[in-house]
Amino acid sequence: MIRLLAAVCLCLLASAVGAQDVAPDALIKRISDEVISIIKSDKDIKAGDRAKINALVEAKVLPHFNFEHMTRLAMGRNWPKASAAQQKLLVDEFRTLLVYTYSGALSAYKNEVIEFKPLHAAAGDTDVTVRTQVKRSGAEPVSIDYGMEKTAGGWKVYDVVVGGVSLVTNYRDTFNSAIRDSGVDGLIKSLASKNRSLEPQAGAKSK
Amino acid sequence: MLRHLLALLLLGALVALGGCATAGANPDDPLEGYNRAMFRFNDGVDKALIKPVATGYKKVVPEFARTGVTNFFSNLGDIWIGINNVLQGKPGKGASDFGRFAINSTVGILGLFDVASNAGLDKHNEDFGQTLGRWGVGSGAYVVLPILGPSTVRDGFSRFVVDWHGDPLWYVNNIPTRNELVGVRVVDGRANLLDAGRLAEEAALDPYTYMRSAYLQRRRNLIYDGNPPREPDSSADPQSGAPR
Repeated sequence: MIRLLAAVCLCLLASAVGAQDVAPDALIKRISDEVISIIKSDKDIKAGDRAKINALVEAKVLPHFNFEHMTRLAMGRNWPKASAAQQKLLVDEFRTLLVYTYSGALSAYKNEVIEFKPLHAAAGDTDVTVRTQVKRSGAEPVSIDYGMEKTAGGWKVYDVVVGGVSLVTNYRDTFNSAIRDSGVDGLIKSLASKNRSLEPQAGAKSK
Repeated sequence: MLRHLLALLLLGALVALGGCATAGANPDDPLEGYNRAMFRFNDGVDKALIKPVATGYKKVVPEFARTGVTNFFSNLGDIWIGINNVLQGKPGKGASDFGRFAINSTVGILGLFDVASNAGLDKHNEDFGQTLGRWGVGSGAYVVLPILGPSTVRDGFSRFVVDWHGDPLWYVNNIPTRNELVGVRVVDGRANLLDAGRLAEEAALDPYTYMRSAYLQRRRNLIYDGNPPREPDSSADPQSGAPR
């Protein structure tokens, strides 16, 4: 019994170490493949069950994001103005908003093919951009780039750039003006009320 | 003629607005007061008219037919895209655009099928505003145009004064036919943006600043064909730089 347990532990350890060794582009590819195959095969998700898509994003995508870093970047020079408690609230609310946003994007997925571009990175790099491209008919391909950093827990995404539009930069503009108008607390409040409006209603299926 | 007059009026209004603009919070957007009002107006028109029609179109017309319509208009646009690539000193890309037009107009049956993309000739995104940007003309203030939406002084000027000369639809002599074609193009274009619009609505705390930031970033990215130089950013990560 103890042997079995030890073996399980070893296996877990090995897979944890494995996750850290995965190259950033390989990681993005693995997550994309996994998520897309689930979306394609799950009937509820195909029917637009947002709660289920949210759960999928929570389980498969979020562990690979560094929300603290994302929030810090979106706050920019306002970050030091927030107290530790406010910072924690900001990270939590921003994280929730991004889950909903990401789920919304996934629910719009229609068999587009994602191409991976070769990664330009030196061996010791701790900050890289993974470049991908989605092709569409009658329109130019859309680039989706992931800003990634190396952490103790493996590579983590800290920005997503779609067609040249950085998620973090986009929110920085909004955060700035919200803070100017109503302070850090005002921003936290508006994030929280936004999130409440996006909460999937029990049983309701959004399109 | 009417378009020129409109363009002149618009430019006059822009200059006048620029003159009395207060020092806004965002240096790219000195006209924020006017812009927000126009943004609300456009949103009203969209919600009342354009979006419902586009939604109906998407429901009624099957996907393969909508793709055909999108491809048809996209194909007509490739000539002007090619000319702008040449103007920007990229003859290779321009040749690819003309090649796309030749292939899609023939093998692709009047542009209904985008066979060129499958053959490895990717679609490009160019217009005269980008050409001016490439030539070093700054974007000027951010401006929300009536109905047309987010733009800048440079891009708005290019659109009204130059780009429409490169739009084949304006050379259709039969006016009712031309108007119908323009109408279908608008509805089809809006239908293609329904998902994106819903996403932006969900993601944005303030739709106005969200659209503004997205537009300015997107244009910058397009001008540099996807590889813009890093911007000197005063509000970047506070922990990774010297204290400010």
